[in-house]
Amino acid sequence: MPQLAADTKHRVAFHLNGRKVEVLAENRMLLSDLLRHELGATGTHVGCEHGVCGACTVQVDGAPVRACLILAAQIDGADVRTVEALTPTAQQLSPLQAAFREKHGLQCGFCTPGILMTLDALLTTRPDASEQEIREHLSGHLCRCTGYATIVAAALAAVEEIRKEQKYNA
Amino acid sequence: MTINLQRAGLVGRSMPRVEDAALLIGRGRYIDDLPTRRDTAHMVVLRSPHAHAEIRSIDVSKALEVEGVHAVITGDDVAALTRSLTVGVKADVECWPIARDRVRYVGEPVALVVADTRYIAEDALDLIAVEYDMLPVVMDPEAALQEDAALLHPSLGSNCIAERSFRYGDPESAFAEAKHRFAIDVSYPRNSCTPIETYGVIAEYDPGEDAYDVTANFQGPFSIHAVVALALKVPGNRMRLRTPPDSGGSFGVKQGVFVYAILAAVAARVSGRPVKWIEDRLEHLMASVSATNRATRLEAAVEADGRITALRWDQIEDCGAHLRAPEPATLYRMHGNMTGAYAIANVAIRNRVVLTNKTPTGLNRGFGGPQIYYPLERLMHRIADELGIDRLEVIRRNLVPSDAFPYRTATGALLDSGDYAAALDTALANGNFDELIERRRQARAAGKLYGIGLAAAVEPSVSNMGYITTALTPEQRAKAGPKNGAQAVATISIDPLGAVTVKVASVPQGQGHRTVLAQVVAERLGIPFKAVRVNTELDTARDAWSIASGNYSSRFAAAVAGTARLAADRIRDRLAEIAAGQLNVEASQVDFLDGRIFDRLNPDNSISFNRVAATSHWAPGMLPEGTDHTIQETVFWTPEQLEAPTSKDGINSSLCHGFIFDFCGIEIDPATGAVRIDKYVTMHDCGRVLHPAMVEGQVRGAFAQAVGAALFEEYAYGQDGSFLSGTLADYLIPTVMEVPDPVILHYESPSPFTPLGAKGVGEGNCMSTPVCIANAIADATGAIDITLPLSPGRIGDLIFGEEKPSSQPQTRTPNKSSSGQRQLTGQGSATVSASRQTVWDMLLDPATLEAIIPGAHGVERVSATHFRADVTLGVGPVKGRYRAEIKLSDMVEPEAVTLSGSTQGALGFGNGVGRITLREADGKTIVGYSYEAGIGGKVASVGGRLLDGAARVVIGQFFQALARHAGGGTPHGGLLSRLKALLGGRS
Amino acid sequence: MKPPAFDFVRPEGMEEVLETLHLRSSDARIIAGGQSLVPMLNMRLARPGVLVDITGLRNLQSIHEVRGEVVIGAAVRQAELEAWPHLRRKLPLLAQAIRWIGHVQTRARGTVCGSVAHADPSAELPLALIALNGSVRLASQRSKRTVPAADFFLGMMSTAIAEGEMIEAVTFPVAENGTGYAFREIGRRHGDFAIVACAAVADKTATRLAIGGVDDHPRQFDLPQENGDELDDALNDIAWALNARDDLHASGRYRRELVRRLGRETVLEARSCRN
Ligand code: FES
Ligand code: FES
Repeated sequence: MPQLAADTKHRVAFHLNGRKVEVLAENRMLLSDLLRHELGATGTHVGCEHGVCGACTVQVDGAPVRACLILAAQIDGADVRTVEALTPTAQQLSPLQAAFREKHGLQCGFCTPGILMTLDALLTTRPDASEQEIREHLSGHLCRCTGYATIVAAALAAVEEIRKEQKYNA
Repeated sequence: MTINLQRAGLVGRSMPRVEDAALLIGRGRYIDDLPTRRDTAHMVVLRSPHAHAEIRSIDVSKALEVEGVHAVITGDDVAALTRSLTVGVKADVECWPIARDRVRYVGEPVALVVADTRYIAEDALDLIAVEYDMLPVVMDPEAALQEDAALLHPSLGSNCIAERSFRYGDPESAFAEAKHRFAIDVSYPRNSCTPIETYGVIAEYDPGEDAYDVTANFQGPFSIHAVVALALKVPGNRMRLRTPPDSGGSFGVKQGVFVYAILAAVAARVSGRPVKWIEDRLEHLMASVSATNRATRLEAAVEADGRITALRWDQIEDCGAHLRAPEPATLYRMHGNMTGAYAIANVAIRNRVVLTNKTPTGLNRGFGGPQIYYPLERLMHRIADELGIDRLEVIRRNLVPSDAFPYRTATGALLDSGDYAAALDTALANGNFDELIERRRQARAAGKLYGIGLAAAVEPSVSNMGYITTALTPEQRAKAGPKNGAQAVATISIDPLGAVTVKVASVPQGQGHRTVLAQVVAERLGIPFKAVRVNTELDTARDAWSIASGNYSSRFAAAVAGTARLAADRIRDRLAEIAAGQLNVEASQVDFLDGRIFDRLNPDNSISFNRVAATSHWAPGMLPEGTDHTIQETVFWTPEQLEAPTSKDGINSSLCHGFIFDFCGIEIDPATGAVRIDKYVTMHDCGRVLHPAMVEGQVRGAFAQAVGAALFEEYAYGQDGSFLSGTLADYLIPTVMEVPDPVILHYESPSPFTPLGAKGVGEGNCMSTPVCIANAIADATGAIDITLPLSPGRIGDLIFGEEKPSSQPQTRTPNKSSSGQRQLTGQGSATVSASRQTVWDMLLDPATLEAIIPGAHGVERVSATHFRADVTLGVGPVKGRYRAEIKLSDMVEPEAVTLSGSTQGALGFGNGVGRITLREADGKTIVGYSYEAGIGGKVASVGGRLLDGAARVVIGQFFQALARHAGGGTPHGGLLSRLKALLGGRS
Repeated sequence: MKPPAFDFVRPEGMEEVLETLHLRSSDARIIAGGQSLVPMLNMRLARPGVLVDITGLRNLQSIHEVRGEVVIGAAVRQAELEAWPHLRRKLPLLAQAIRWIGHVQTRARGTVCGSVAHADPSAELPLALIALNGSVRLASQRSKRTVPAADFFLGMMSTAIAEGEMIEAVTFPVAENGTGYAFREIGRRHGDFAIVACAAVADKTATRLAIGGVDDHPRQFDLPQENGDELDDALNDIAWALNARDDLHASGRYRRELVRRLGRETVLEARSCRN
C-alpha cells in the first residue's frame, strides 16, 4: 500500500489540460496551490480556502470541484482541467468566454475562471441547460462585483450560441 | 434630458472591455500571480484570540527552531523600526499596526513569522506561545461612553476619541416652532463589501539606500502613502508603492491593506529578503477592515404638511479598536449631505467617535452613506405614516426644488445639478409604480404579507480631500493649514510610431477604467478605439500621482476620465497646430477622425494621425513656433468647488451629487419569515453616462452588496468580544439565487463641474437599497423598529406573535433568543451509585480529576482548591490541546461546590462556571449541575455552528466520566444513552 | 489557512484500511471526498496524523439493493447517488433531499457516508438516515457491526464510530408502496446548512417526522394520524422537546416556530402523496 510520509515531498502525476504533468509535493499541499504555485497555472484563483466562494473551481475527471478542498495526494492519476484549457486557440475565445465579454459578465474577473469551469462542465453535459439549472450551478459561486444578472445572461447567450453552432454543424 | 454624443460615438457606448480577454483566459495578473524573486519568503500573522487583554509574554523560541523559518517578529520589533501611525484627530493615543503590550480586538496582529512557504510559516505560528491577561471588553458604542466602561486606550481617558457639535441655520427655533417632532433611533450594523480576492503584499527593503519597495493590491487614496512612509520613517521617495495590473475587487476594503504593507516591509527588512503575504479569508473577515457600525438618534421638526424644517442628528460612530487613517472619514464623508435629497435649512449635529474592541474600520463602498440614509429615509417613512400623508408626497414636498441648482445645502454641500422631482416622476412612470401598488393590493387580499419601500438619496462622488478636517475645530484647522481639493491626474504619451498610451493613477479594481479611457481619448484624437493602450498600474516612483489618486468615492468617471479628456484636449490642440502647418490651413480648421487629421472644409486634404503624432520624436525642428511637443502630456486637475471647510464648518464634501430614487415590492412568507424581493426599481441621475453597461454593472454590483447588507451580512461579535462571522459560511454573501435583477432607470443631468459631465454612480445603491428594503418590510409587517440584517429569524420575530407554550413543564430554561452570543448555559443531573461523601472526595482529588476531565494528561494540584491540567479536547476531528485551570469555591461539604475553569489553546479559549449539587437518594447520589460557559478564539470565529454542541459534549463527557468513576459504570450501550441524556440535559 | 502535515496512505484493500486504523487509532482519519475534512484541515481545526484514502477501494464504490435495502458504499459520491437511475423510485425522500446538499461542486466530490460520518446537525443525509430508519455498517479490524441510525448520532459531530472503526456503508430501506415522503428545508441562502430541515414519512398507519438543524443531531418523532389540532399540539411538543439552538443565523425560538410550521407542511405533504 502506498504510504506517503508527512515530512517529504512525493511524486504526483496527473493530466493537466490534456498534458501529463509530474510534480513533487507534500501530501498536504492543496490542489489550488499546486496548480498556481508549482505549475504556474495562475488562472485558477483562491478566495476562501474553505469551499464556499467557488473561485478555485476546476474540473476533475469532467466534474466541477473546489481545488481548495483537494489535497495534492488525492489528485494522482486524475484528469484536471482549468480555465487555461477553455480557449480553442490562443487568439480565440470559446463561445462561453465570448459571451461573458459580450454580456459584461465580469468586472474584476477574480470569480470568473471558477464560474467558467462550472458552466463549461454544465454545458458540456447539458448543452440545452435551462436558466434554472444554470442558476443552480452558479449558486456555488460568489461574485462580489456583478450582481450576477450579466453572468446569467452570458450563460444563456452561450447556450444559444452553442445551439446555433450545433444546428449549423448538423 | 440627454446630451449629444460625440460624432465618433465612442463615449456613451457599451464597448466590449479591453480588460476582458486576458481575464477570461486565465491570464489576469493579480498580486498573487506576479513573479517574485527566488528568495522571496512568506509571511504569516499570529492574531489575538482575545478582544481585550494584556500581553504578559510571547515565547517565539520554538517557532524559530522550525526549519525554513527566517524570522519571528513581535510588536516591539516592529516598533523599533517604525513610528506609530498618524491619527486623523487630535488625541493622545498611539496607533500601531501590530499589538505591543495589549490586544484590543480579535484578530489584531501579535507576531509575524517569515518562512520559506506559507505552510511552514503556519507550522511555526502554531508554536508561538503567548500569555494573556484578559481585560473587560467594550463592544457597544453607547456602552463605550459610559462612565464605568473599560478603557481601550488609558492615555485617552475615555473611549470617545473625538467629539464635535455643529449647528447650521437655527435648529433650536425651528424645533421650538415646529408643529410636530418625530425621532428615530437606529443601530446600523457592521458589515463589509468584502471582495473575493483578499489582501496581498510583496515587500522588499534595500539596506544600501534605506528604501522600501512594496507592491500591494492597495486601492488608494494615496494620501495613505504618506502615512506608510511616515510610519516606516523614510521620506516618500524611499517608499515605493506599486499596484498590480489586476485586482480582484475592493469596494473600499483594500485601502486597509496599508497596515500590512508596513508589516511586510518591516518583515522584509528584518528577514533580509523579499517577503510576500497573501491574506487568507479567515484573516480577512476577522481583521481586514469593516464599515463602521453607528448608533444614531435622528429628530425632525415637521410642519403639518410634512415639510421638514430642521434635523437634529446625534451620531455615535464605532471605529473599532484604533482610529486608523483615514477615519473618522466615514462619519464626515456625508457631512455636506446630512439633509439627503431634501431642502432643509436648519441642522444640528452631534458627532462622537468611539473606540470599541472590534476590528478597526476603514473605507467601504457607500462610505458613510448607508449609516445616514438608513435613519433619514426610515424617518421620512415614519413622518408620512404619523401624519397620515402619502409617503411619496412627503418625499416630494421636501425634495430640493428643481430650479434651485446648484444648491447649497445647510451643511455646505454644493449640489451640482439635477431635477429630483422630475427624476422621481420618471421613475414612478417608467418603473410602473401604479402596477406595484396594485400588486400589493392583490397580494394582501390573498392574505399575503406584502410591502412597498421607497428611498431617495443623493449620491456624492469625488471626495474633497479637505472634508475630513471638519472633524477638527476651526481653530485646529487654522493651525494645521487648510486642506481641500482632489487632484486627479492623467498622462497621455505618443511613441515614435504614433501609438497613444494613457496612464492614470486610478487603480481600478475591476471597473473597466482602461476601456473607458480608451474611449475618451480615442474619440478625442479621432483614432480607433483599439489604437489606444491604457496602463493603470501605479508606481509611485515613476508615475504621476497625488494624494487623491486611487479608486474611491466613485471618482473615476467624474474626475479621472475627465482629466484624461483634458490631457487629450491639450495634445489634440498641439497636434492640430502641427498638422495645420503641414496641411496649410488654420489650426482651428483642423479635425480628427478615423486615424487621419484633415481640413474640415476639404477633408481630402489630410495626413495620417501617426505621422503628425510622430513629428515631435523624429523632427522636433518642424514643430511650429510656440508649439510644444506631443510626446507626453500630464494633466493634474482639481475642481475649484472643493474648498476647505468654512469657519462655520460648512463643507462641500464632494464635487458631484447624483440622485437616486428607489422603490421596491417585497413579499414575506408568513410561515418562515423568508423575504422575496418581488420587484426593485432604481433610478439614477449620474450625469452623462460614459459606458452604459459599466454604469449598469456598478448599479447591479452595489445593489447585490446592499441586498447582502439588508438581509444577510453582518460582522457579528459575541458579548465577550469574540468574532462570530469568521467564515463565508457565517458571513453570508448573497448568491445568484438571492439577488434579483433590478430595473435600472436613468435620468441624465450632466454635472457642470466635471469635464465630461459625468458623476459617480458606484456607491449609490449601497446607500439607498438597505433602507428601501427595510421600509418595504416595515410596510409589510407594520413594525417600526427594524434592525438589519433582516434574517428570517428577525422577520419571524416581527410576524410570529406570542410563542405557543409547551404542554409539558419545561425541565430546563429554554435558551433565550440571543443570537450573536457565544454564551452557553445548561443543566442536568445524573445518578451515581456512590455515597455523597465519596463523590465529594473525588471532586477534590487530582487523580480523580485526571480521570474525569476529558482528555486530561496529568493534573497538577496548585492548592487544595486550585488545579492545573493539560487537556486535549475535541469533537469529531476538531481536536486541540489546551491548558486548563480549575478552581473550586463556595464549598458546602458534601452538598455543593462551584467549579470554575478556564482553558487556553491554539484553537481558542473557554471559561465556565458550574455549580454541582449532590443529593442523596436510596443510597445513591444524584449529581445535579448547571453551568455557564463562554468560548472564544478561532473556534468561535470559524466553528460557531458547532461550538455550542461541542462544548456540551465536553461538559457532558466530564459529568459522564464523573458518574462512571463514582461507580455508575455501566455497559457500553447504557453509557451512550447516559451521555446522550447528559448532553440534552434530560434524564 | 494551510493544512498541517500528515501521512497519507492509499490502501489497496479493506484489511489495509482497518490495519492502519487499528495501528494509528485516534490519529487516523478516513478521507474520501474530503468536503468536510479538508476545510477543517485548512483551518487547522483538525490535525490527524494520517489520512487513509478509501476512494480507490472497489468494494466501497457501489450502490446496490439487497433484501429491501439500498446499500451505499463509503466511496460513493453524492453526485453518483444523485445520478443513480433508481433513486426516485427506491429512495424518493433522498431524491428530494439531495438537491439541498451543498452545491453541485461539493456534491461532485463529497461522499454519502462522509456526510453521515461528519454528523453535522444540519446536514441532510444524516436527517434522511434518521427519517428512514436506515443504518450504518461499521467495520474494524476486530469486528463488523450495524448500528441503527437512531443509535448512531450522539451529538454535534459525534457518532458511535469507535476508535479503529470506519463506515463501510450506509443502508436505507427501499421505499414502500402506499408510503408518502416529503422533505422541506429552510436555510439562509441556497445551499447553506439548514436552519431547520424536516423529513416526513407517512403511511396508512403511522407518520414519522425527523428534524434536523435544531438539536445537536437529527431526531425522529412519531406523530398522531390527525391533521388538525392534535398534529399542531404534537408539533409544539416536539418543538419544545428539541434543544433548539441560538446561533448567528436564527434564534431557538425561530427554530421552534419553524418546527411547528414547516413540520406541519412537511407532514401534510407526505400524507398527500401516499398512494
Ligand atoms: S477558494 Fe476554493 S471555494 Fe473559495
Ligand atoms: S467579477 Fe469581481 S468577483 Fe466576480
